[in-house]
Amino acid sequence: MTRISVKVDGVRYSDDVEPRTLLVHYLRETLGKVGTVVGCDTSNCGACTVHVDGRSVKSCNMLAVQADGREVTTIEGIATDGGLHPMQQAFHECHALQCGYCTPGMIMQAIDLVGENPDASEEEIREGMEGNLCRCTGYQNIVRAVQQAAGVMAGQAASSSQAGE
Amino acid sequence: MSHLSARPENPVVGEALPHESAVLHVTGRALYTDDLHPRTKDVLHAWPVQSPHAHARVTQLEVCAAYEIPGVVRVLTAGDVPGVNDSGTKNDEPLFPDEVCFVGQAVCWVLGETLEAARLGAAEVRVDYEPLRSIVTIADAIKADSYQGATRTVRRGNAMSALARAAHTFTGEITFAGQEHFYLETHASLATVGDDGRVFVQSSTQHPTETQEIVAHVLGVGAHEVTVQCLRMGGGFGGKEEQPHGFAAVAALGATLTGRPVRVRLNRTQDLTMTGKRHGFHAAWRVGFDHDGHLVALQTTLTSDGGWSLDLSEPVLARALCHVDNAYWIPDVEIVGRVARTHKTSQTAFRGFGGPQGMLVTEDIIGRCAPLLGIEPHELRRRNFYTDGQTTPYGQVVHQTERLVRAWDQVTSTAELERRRGALAGFNAAHEHVKRGLAITPVKFGISFNFTAMNQGGALVHVYRDGTVLINHGGTEMGQGLHTKMLQVAATALGVPLSRVRLAPTRTDKVPNTSATAASAGADLNGGAIKDACEQILARLRPVAAERMEVPVEDVRFEGGEVRAGERSMPWAELVHTAYLSRVQLFAAGYYRTEGIHWDPEIMHGTPFKYFAYGVAAAEVEVDGFTGAYRTRRVDIVHDVGDSLSPLVDIGQIEGGFVQGAGWLTLEDLRWDESDDPERRGRLTTQSASTYKLPSLSEMPEELNVALLERAHEEGVVYGSKAVGEPPLMLAFSVREALRQACAAFGPTGHSVVLDSPATPEAVFWALDEARRAYRPAVPEPTELGHPVQVTQV
Repeated sequence: MTRISVKVDGVRYSDDVEPRTLLVHYLRETLGKVGTVVGCDTSNCGACTVHVDGRSVKSCNMLAVQADGREVTTIEGIATDGGLHPMQQAFHECHALQCGYCTPGMIMQAIDLVGENPDASEEEIREGMEGNLCRCTGYQNIVRAVQQAAGVMAGQAASSSQAGE
Repeated sequence: MSHLSARPENPVVGEALPHESAVLHVTGRALYTDDLHPRTKDVLHAWPVQSPHAHARVTQLEVCAAYEIPGVVRVLTAGDVPGVNDSGTKNDEPLFPDEVCFVGQAVCWVLGETLEAARLGAAEVRVDYEPLRSIVTIADAIKADSYQGATRTVRRGNAMSALARAAHTFTGEITFAGQEHFYLETHASLATVGDDGRVFVQSSTQHPTETQEIVAHVLGVGAHEVTVQCLRMGGGFGGKEEQPHGFAAVAALGATLTGRPVRVRLNRTQDLTMTGKRHGFHAAWRVGFDHDGHLVALQTTLTSDGGWSLDLSEPVLARALCHVDNAYWIPDVEIVGRVARTHKTSQTAFRGFGGPQGMLVTEDIIGRCAPLLGIEPHELRRRNFYTDGQTTPYGQVVHQTERLVRAWDQVTSTAELERRRGALAGFNAAHEHVKRGLAITPVKFGISFNFTAMNQGGALVHVYRDGTVLINHGGTEMGQGLHTKMLQVAATALGVPLSRVRLAPTRTDKVPNTSATAASAGADLNGGAIKDACEQILARLRPVAAERMEVPVEDVRFEGGEVRAGERSMPWAELVHTAYLSRVQLFAAGYYRTEGIHWDPEIMHGTPFKYFAYGVAAAEVEVDGFTGAYRTRRVDIVHDVGDSLSPLVDIGQIEGGFVQGAGWLTLEDLRWDESDDPERRGRLTTQSASTYKLPSLSEMPEELNVALLERAHEEGVVYGSKAVGEPPLMLAFSVREALRQACAAFGPTGHSVVLDSPATPEAVFWALDEARRAYRPAVPEPTELGHPVQVTQV
């Protein structure tokens, strides 16, 4: 067993984990954060995507001990002040989900994508999201949702930078 | 207009609403079956001991060593089964087998305090096998005469004599692949035992009633001792119609033996190696056309690869035989179908349920024969459409063919097919190594279960004293939006706002004897039942309202949360409360059965379908002549969903179905080891997402336009709607046929392209290379290995 200290969705946890424990299993089974799901086990589908220190990571492909001392954000930690994150809001409004199983990972990947490239073109969105599989929707509305959220996030960034000036 | 299909004013059905669980999904709060175990105390985890052989007798099973592993609690074997050791409905699927019939089959299951303990324990179980002869491919099965279930024939007229008279006849064969469901949520069950010994199984199942029945017969108890609940599924696609039962039974058996909750959750490789897939098929055919290109006769024999047991192979085959005609009138037909028995997973339901396989045969025939007839494929297809009043080969009268024509014409004009065909010809003439293809294909798909008895639905509607409403129905939610539609139906029927209505998860102790959520029929059946329950309640409320408002009963209307009669009105909640005080029953069980259908499975004749769903798609692809790599440039779809109950949901189903169909036909390549190496034979070699290619964003059409067919009210179906789950999958034939035409453009005019399915880039390369070589003079060439199919003009 190895002691790790990790901040997840704003809360600090210290736990003993077996060194081979995957981050996703630590999140789900130790912390009970079942919003992050396991799809394929082989890092192909992206259903388990979370943020580690602000960047998207497939949590089935990372050990819990690698998260020691770092900050993890899951789908359960991105809504603020009781309101949905613009990406959550957009996936909801655009019907960018059906069974919903890929949705947490899609949203976490999309937030990272837009954070890195706020003006992503449709082609860049397609490319940036291709590591996340959806078996239900045919992806059309997912692209639409990411575009819509990117617009909202750009507006928010602009207004917060104005507020800061 | 019938009472069932008529809509009131300002209905909630028809509103474009997001999925009812969308907020839960985007926040990660939606619970799937396996999310329950971290919040359940003292759960045991299960791990299977899987067969390494495609076919072998189990000569000895020694489980003692497993108990040496710390944390192993129990090994479940055949001796533990108090009831029937079988997890199927045909009594041919032993849960703990003494003869294994595919690589990966579970021989026994180990329960542990942790998943790791169970896994290590399973590794210690010693199984001795005596390998037996195995059959892996359909070709081997045909050669060995290895079949299961009944052989069926759909026959009309005399195909043989019609073929003899036909102006043009062709013959050919095709073998095409199945498909892995790859629902993102793998199979999962969690069983607990109550204080009275009754079992509660939470299962990711499309068919809770059948899961309940299998669990009960494995446990040797009555169905009333077992309750099955399905919260929701992370995708089903047919793969959870018959396949969950065994896993639920293992969990339930473990729970009854240990008194502790038992969790069965397959990892991806276990799911891929243990559960059934879409059936691959082989078809051999002879077809006849008249001088004008009209189909006059078809004789074909379809052989499906059923895998090791029957499962749903017989009904899948029946639907395949009933869809060989697709949208085309063929006067004389003989369609023979049989199910091969092979040593693979037991192939099962998958969106379309044989329909896509039946249609593929005819779309392939038309695609291959059009150049030989010298008729453009789109013209050949259009020329052979059914007209109203003609009957299918199995005897059902075809209606609404004008919808097919309207959809075809709409795609043709909005997608500018005429102009683009010209542009495409110019492009192909100007490019030697890159070619484009553009194809348009129709879908006609029969709605209802072929097995007439399954066309019934049930619902339970509660109106509480505060006027809020809770509904239950027999259908399960797998992402298709059924619950969203059912909420809309209930709100519409009661005349209350959507916010007043909630829906509780599907449970067998709420609504019994349910049919599988399958055959696209979920909304038709359960919607009819919910509407019935709501109307029973309104019928009881109406006199109360009339008395209270002092108006005639027939004037009372329920609308927008108000009860109205002329100028008078009262709030819904007030009426409900008044009714309660007057001792009026405020809950009802609703029921619906599809009228007007009948089917004789022995002679494959009748009117099995309530109606047909129609759709048309046009696809344009671009193919690289050096590699066979291709991209889909544009797709245009017009699809008939009746008067949509929920347009966002329906368009989502159309887009998703199309993409899943395109995956089956072009990308998804199931491979089984066919070698004689005893260590490998029969092994699924594509047993993870790293080797089984699924459609991702990078294969999406660059442009996808979807429209719902207008003026499409469906008489006699709930609020005028039509089923949508399966039919759009078959719109993807447009992509396959476009690829064929692009390949053809590499060859001389009149070259018939033989294209494997799936049409992977590799398959496309061989097809276009064959077309290129057709330019060369007729020096006899050796048959290309890997090309099992030939068209010859007889």
